[in-house]
Amino acid sequence: MRENSSKISVRTKAAVAAFAWVIGLPLAWLTVQSFAASWRFPALIPPAFNLRAWQYLFDSSSGISNALINSLLIALTVTFLAIVFALPAARAIALHNFTGKNLLLFVLLLPILSPSIAAAIGGHALFLRYNLTDSYAGVILAHLVPTVPYCVLTLTGGFSRFDVELEAQARTLGASGWQVLRFVTLPAIAPSLLLSAVFAFMISWSQYLTTLLIGGGRIITLPLVLVNFQRGGDEAVTAALTLIFLAPTVLFLAVTAKYWREN
Amino acid sequence: MKQKRRWFWLISPAALLIAGLFGGSLFFTLAESLGFFSSNGGVTFEYFRQIIGDREVVAAFSFTLILTCVSTVLSAICGVALAIFLRGQMRSSRFLKTLLQIPLAVPHLAVALVLLNFLAPSGFLARIFYAFGAIKTPADFPVLVNDAYGFGIVLTYVLKETPFVALVVLTLLARVGDEYEQVAQNLGANFWQRFRFVTLPLIAPSVVFSSLIVWVFVFGAFEIPFILGRTYPTTLAVVAQRKFNGTNLSERPEAFALAILMTLVTTLFVWFYLRRTKNTTEFEKTSIF
Repeated sequence: MRENSSKISVRTKAAVAAFAWVIGLPLAWLTVQSFAASWRFPALIPPAFNLRAWQYLFDSSSGISNALINSLLIALTVTFLAIVFALPAARAIALHNFTGKNLLLFVLLLPILSPSIAAAIGGHALFLRYNLTDSYAGVILAHLVPTVPYCVLTLTGGFSRFDVELEAQARTLGASGWQVLRFVTLPAIAPSLLLSAVFAFMISWSQYLTTLLIGGGRIITLPLVLVNFQRGGDEAVTAALTLIFLAPTVLFLAVTAKYWREN
Repeated sequence: MKQKRRWFWLISPAALLIAGLFGGSLFFTLAESLGFFSSNGGVTFEYFRQIIGDREVVAAFSFTLILTCVSTVLSAICGVALAIFLRGQMRSSRFLKTLLQIPLAVPHLAVALVLLNFLAPSGFLARIFYAFGAIKTPADFPVLVNDAYGFGIVLTYVLKETPFVALVVLTLLARVGDEYEQVAQNLGANFWQRFRFVTLPLIAPSVVFSSLIVWVFVFGAFEIPFILGRTYPTTLAVVAQRKFNGTNLSERPEAFALAILMTLVTTLFVWFYLRRTKNTTEFEKTSIF
């Protein structure tokens, strides 16, 4: 139904406001909690504040900064590799016709739709044979299982709106294969490329079980530390860690908000 | 001509990677579940027999099934309601799409930890209740997390999956337009009639598709019941992890057998769906990207 314009803005504002509360309130609460010296029931406001949790976070002896670096390194590598593998496959699915395409889509969907524990424990047995457990390489490979199919699906959407003629024109004008990719193809699919990068990063960034099993407690990432501190009951450190864990999401939110304000 | 086979070379790297890593992993899960490595090449169904007779597994199975179905139905209802509420409200449908994509980038683990903070007996909500004099001690507050009914788990999933369902439904709605609904309106159909007999049949494929994704995901997920659940009853994924990492090594093959059973359930579910839809056009129609 086409509604009149005044009603449009009311519902939009309601949605955005509800959205801001759902995201903003937990972030505010976590921030306060991370600075709270002790905050027992039933106090609504902490009686005292200190920097203990944040100092502990960046204290090298706690190992948390190490976990943070691990998480970043692994997630960035996984994002890069997943896109490198997914780009050509997505192109083939979107722009080429071939028999068995539906079967291929089903097979690609399986890693996303199967319980992650099934691949994780079998992966543990498989990786053990190739000395890949307890290693960065093993964890990165294990993270590629859900991310590559996800990137293929996302990028297929981008390529299905792509006009191949543009590449032919660039080639006619003397562009090399690399130049065509760099200046024609990639810019044309940039929105879905960015989206698939964000989601590949977030999938790897939030892996808990797979990292725990394949990393064998040797490769410690942020989610592992986070769950440990939650179980240990240190609320201030858990809150500070949760904020760091949510930092990429907030960054994504900020970048999107900036983009929409400019356009 | 070289061009004809081009798709093959484009597909190969990703296909080989997935076949090697995912296929290889699942093969090992299957082999271990059948005792292929421990019994010198023989195959046994003993571990499957053990888990089917395991009371903990049977309890986890019904708990998981109920939890999954309740989460899926609630997410579908809330998602459709959100989509109907928001459709046509924004000048740019891309803005709406982005707005709904942001919750997808929030890790489940973070949602679980925040909810734990809010709903725990000494959490934010309990303190507000205390401030208003509704409760005197944390023990007076209803158990909403780590509870026997999986309330906290369901709430996390509904919060996380509702925007996802809305996104898929809105994508299809944008495609089918509103001509049919306008015709119904001109013929005198009220809001409920238009929704029930025009809009709902139109969006049904997207509701089924997104519900399938939610169902399959919730059925196999580990982190949320691990954080927000109890030791008993718990979900199949948690039981499988416990059997795999437990001190009793003899239970390890049962973890593999359980994982295979879980994979069978989700694969059959997806296969049945694909058979009903016959082709992948549903995927294309409801592509949220």
